[in-house]
Amino acid sequence: MNPLGAASIITPGVDWLGVAPVALLALAAIGIVLQRSILRRASVAYPSALVVAAVGIILSAVALAAQWSRVQTDGSYTTLSNMVAVDGFSIFIGGVVLFATACSVLLASRYLDRERLDGPEYLALMLLSASGMLAMSSSNDLIAIFVALEIVSIPLYVLVAYDRRRSTSLEAGMKYFLLGAFASAVFLYGIALTYGATGSTGLVGIANYLSEVTLLERGTLLAGLVLMLVGLGFKVAAAPFHMWTPDVYQGAPTPVTAFMASATKAAAFAALIRILYTGLGGSSSDWRPLLWVLAVLSLLVGSIGAVIQTDVKRMLAYSSINHAGFILIGVQAGTIKGVSSALTYLAIYAFLAVGSFAIVGVVAGRGDADSDLERFKGLSTRRSALSWAFTLLLLAQAGVPLTAGFIAKFGVFSAAAGAGGTSYLLALIGMLTAAIAAFVYLRIAATMFTPAVEGTEMAPIAKVDLGTGIVIGFSCALTIVIGVAPGLLLGLAERATLLFVR
Amino acid sequence: MDFPILTALILLPFVGALFVACLPSNRPETIRIAGMMTAIATLGLALWMLADFETGKAGYQFLSSHSWFSDLGVRYTVGVDGISLFMVVLNALLLPIALLASTGVNERVKAFTVWLLVLEAALMGAFLALDLVLFFVFFEVVLVPMYFLIAGWGHGRRNYAATKFFIYTMAGSAFLFVGILAVGFLHQSSTGLLTFDVRVLTQWAPAGIAPTTAAWLFAAFSIAFAVKVPLVPLHTWLPDAHTEAPTAGSVILAGVMLKLGTYGFLRFAIPIFPAAAVKYAPVLLTLAVIGIIYGAIVATMQPDLKRLVAYSSIAHLGFVVLGTFALTRQGLDGAVFTMLSHGLTTGVLFLIIGFLYERRHTRLIADFGGLWRSAPIMGGLFVVTAFASIGLPGFSGFVGEFLALLGTFMGHRWYAVVAASGVILAAIYLLWAVQRAFTGVPEGDNATISDLNVRELACILPLLALSLFLGLYPKPALDRIGPSVKAVIAHVEKSTSYESPKFSKNSPILNEERMDHGSDEMEESK
Repeated sequence: MNPLGAASIITPGVDWLGVAPVALLALAAIGIVLQRSILRRASVAYPSALVVAAVGIILSAVALAAQWSRVQTDGSYTTLSNMVAVDGFSIFIGGVVLFATACSVLLASRYLDRERLDGPEYLALMLLSASGMLAMSSSNDLIAIFVALEIVSIPLYVLVAYDRRRSTSLEAGMKYFLLGAFASAVFLYGIALTYGATGSTGLVGIANYLSEVTLLERGTLLAGLVLMLVGLGFKVAAAPFHMWTPDVYQGAPTPVTAFMASATKAAAFAALIRILYTGLGGSSSDWRPLLWVLAVLSLLVGSIGAVIQTDVKRMLAYSSINHAGFILIGVQAGTIKGVSSALTYLAIYAFLAVGSFAIVGVVAGRGDADSDLERFKGLSTRRSALSWAFTLLLLAQAGVPLTAGFIAKFGVFSAAAGAGGTSYLLALIGMLTAAIAAFVYLRIAATMFTPAVEGTEMAPIAKVDLGTGIVIGFSCALTIVIGVAPGLLLGLAERATLLFVR
Repeated sequence: MDFPILTALILLPFVGALFVACLPSNRPETIRIAGMMTAIATLGLALWMLADFETGKAGYQFLSSHSWFSDLGVRYTVGVDGISLFMVVLNALLLPIALLASTGVNERVKAFTVWLLVLEAALMGAFLALDLVLFFVFFEVVLVPMYFLIAGWGHGRRNYAATKFFIYTMAGSAFLFVGILAVGFLHQSSTGLLTFDVRVLTQWAPAGIAPTTAAWLFAAFSIAFAVKVPLVPLHTWLPDAHTEAPTAGSVILAGVMLKLGTYGFLRFAIPIFPAAAVKYAPVLLTLAVIGIIYGAIVATMQPDLKRLVAYSSIAHLGFVVLGTFALTRQGLDGAVFTMLSHGLTTGVLFLIIGFLYERRHTRLIADFGGLWRSAPIMGGLFVVTAFASIGLPGFSGFVGEFLALLGTFMGHRWYAVVAASGVILAAIYLLWAVQRAFTGVPEGDNATISDLNVRELACILPLLALSLFLGLYPKPALDRIGPSVKAVIAHVEKSTSYESPKFSKNSPILNEERMDHGSDEMEESK
C-alpha cells in the first residue's frame, strides 16, 4: 500500500534489458573514474582502466545481443513511457557504435602512452560519449534525443582538445565546442517549434498527431524540421554545416578522429533517420527535397574540397563529408530500402574510416605531427604491408567492386533507383563525385608508391603496435569479406529495418 | 554437373595471382615461372573451351548461374557466345605473351606478375558475365590492376597517365551504373522481379521501357562504352595511358581492354535498347567515322612510335563501332572479327616497339633510322605487321575491315565511303613511320642494335601467324561469330520496325562465305 496515497508520482515501468547497453557503458565510465581515484599510480591505473573499459564494452555488446534475440522473437518494443525504443534499428546502430568504440580504444591503448596523455580519463570520456550514442540510437522522443546528443557531445569536446600541449588540438576542441554548442541550441529550438506545432515531443505522438490533424498553418512545423536538420546536419558533417570538419578532424588526436568519423556519424544519422521516418514519416514530401539538397551539397563539397587538400587527414575529413552525402542519398529515398541501405553504409564506413585513420595515425608519428601527403612518399618501400592496407581501404572508399565500399554504394544507389524520379539525378551526381573522390584516393595511393627523393631524410615511422595492428587487419579483412560475400551484413541490415518501431 | 569451365577461367588466374603473392619476393625466377604456368594453364582451359564450343549455335554456352547477393537481385551468371568467345581466347593468349615479353622488368617482379594475372581474371569476368551488375563489377575491377601496372612500371608521366585513365573510365561508368540500376528497377516495378540478368532484360526491355526513357538509358550506357572504346571526343586518356604503360600493359590494354567498350555496345546497349540504337545509330556512325579519320591523321603526325600506334587504335576501333552500328549482319561480323584481329596485330606492334625501347631507350621516330639493315628480322617483321595492321588482303585486318565496310555500305553508303579512306591513311602513317625508322643507313647506336632473340620471336610469331591464318581462312572464326551476330540482328528486327538491308542472293560482290549466310536467310523466309 502506498503511504502517500493517490498523490504519489507514477513512475514509468522500466525494462532493464532495454537500457542495459547504455547503462553498462556509463557504469564502466564511472567505474574508471572511481578506480582512478583509488589507484593513483599511472602504471597500475591505466591497464586496469583498459580492463574495465573492455569489460564494459563486452557486457554492453552481450546486452545488445540479448536484445536482438528478444526482438527477433517478441518484436520491437518501447520502454520508459515510450522514451526509449528497442528495435532492430537501435541494436544495429548500437552494434556499429560499439564496434567503433572498441576500435578506438584499441587505437588509443598505445597512442596515449606515446603522447604521454592521461589514459583513464580518456577512456572514461570515450565510454561516456559512446553510451550517449547508444542512447541516441534508441531514443524515441525529441527530449531524449537531445539529452543523448549532449551526452555524446560534451565528452567529445574534451576528447578533441585532449592533447592539451598541442595548440592544434586545443584549437580544434574550441572550434568544435563553439560550433557544436551553437548547433545543439539550434536543434533544441527546432524541438521547441516542433513541440509547439504538434503538442508532443514523443516521435510516435508527433506522428499520430500529424496523421489525425491537418495543419492549416504548417510554418511552425517546417521551421522546426529545418532547425532540427541543421542541428543534426552539423553532427553528421553534412554540407553546408561541415565547416568544422576538416579543422577538427585534423586537430583532434587520431583515435578521437576515427571515433568521430565512425561512431558519431552513425549515432547522429540514427537520430536523424528516427526523427524523419518515425516522427515525420507522413510528411516525407517536406523533408525529401531538403535532404536532396543536403546530399548534393555534401557530395560536391566533400569530393571537390578533398581535391585541393595536401594533408591526408584533411583529405579524409572531406571524404567523410562526401560519404555523408552518400548516406543521405539512401535516407532521402524515404523508403524501407533507403533506411537499410543507410545502415549498411554506416556499418561499412565505420570500419573503413577507423582503419584509414589508424594508418594515418601510425604514419603521422608522435604528436600527430605530420600527416602531410609528402610524409606518405615512398611508404611502399619502407612499409609495404601498411601501404597495401591503406590502398585497399582507399579503393574501398572509392567504391571499387569486390570491396565493401562497392556494396555500400550499390545499396544507396539501389534505394535511390527504387525511389525513382529526381533520385536518379542524385545517384548520377553521386557517382560522378565518386570519380572525383577517386582522384584523391589514387593521389594518396600513387604517393605511397612513388619513391622518396634520394637524399631527403625521412622521419622514421614507428612500429605498428598490437592494438592498431588488430584494427587495421580487422578492417582490411572486413573490407574484402563483405565485398565478396555481403549477404550476412545486408541480411542483418534488412532485418534491423523491418523491426523498426513506428 | 559439368565442369564449370568459365568459372575456372575466371578463378584460375586469380588463384595463380594469390599463389604468386605468397612466394618470396627475392626469387624472381620462381615468380616468373609460376606466373607463366598459370597463364599457360588458363590458355589451355580457353582452348579447351574453344574446342568444346558448339559451332553454329547462337545462344550462350557453358552457362552457370549462382545466387550472389540475393537481396539486391544480383546473380553470378556466366556464359559465352560467339561475340565473347574470341575475346576470352584472345585474353588468354595475350597474357602468356605479355609475361614472356616482360622479362626485362626487374623491379618488383612479384607485384607486376600478380597485377597482370588479376587483370586477366577481371577481363575474363567482364567478357563472361551475363548479369549487368556482375559485368559492372568486373568492368570496374579491371581498372585497379591496370592503374597499378601503368603507375608502377610505366614511363615518363606515368602517375598522370594512370590517374587520367582511372578517372576517365570511372566517370564514364558512373553513367553506366545508374543506367544499370534504372533498367533493373524499371523491370522490378513492371514485373515485380528484381533481376539484372541480361537474358531476361534483353527480352523484356525493348517493349517494357518507354522510348524516351530508353533513349536516355541508351545514352547513359553509350557514354561509358564510348569512353572505353574510345570514341572521339572521349579518347584523350588513351594516348597517354598507352604511351606511358609498360609493354605488357599496352598489349593487354589495346588487345583486350578497349574491346570492353565495343563488346558492351554489342552485348548490352544494342540488345537492351534496340529502338534507341537504331534511332541514334547515325550519331555513333558519325563519331566512328570521325574517329577513323581523326585517329589516322593524328597518328601520322606523332613523333613517338607508341603514340602513333595508340592513335591508330582509335582509328581501328572506329571501324569496329562503324560495323557495329551499321546494324547489318556483315557489319557486326566485321566488328567482332576486327576486335580479334586488332588484338593480334596491335599486340605485335606494341611488342616490337617495346623491344626497340629496351634496346635504345627511346621511342621517338626521329632517333631511329636504318634499323632494317642492322636488325633485319625485326625490320622485316615490323613491315609485315604494319601491312597486317593496315589491312592488306591476306591478313586478318582485311577481312574484318572489309566486312565492316561492306556492312556499312549496304545501309549507310556515304559513311562507308568516307571511312574507307581511313584504310589509305593507315597505309600513310604506318609506312611513313617504317620508312623513317627502318630504311636508310643506320648511324650511331642504330647501327649496333641487336636483332630479335628467340624469346622475342616467340612472343611475336604466334600472333602474326594467327593473323595470317585468319586472313587467309577466316571461316573457323566467322562460323562461330556468325550465329550470335545473326541473333542480335534478328532481335533488333523483331523488336523494332527496323529491317537490316540485305544483298540479293545473286549479287556479284558476295563471296562464298556470305553465300552461306544468304542461304540461311532463304530458309528462314520459308
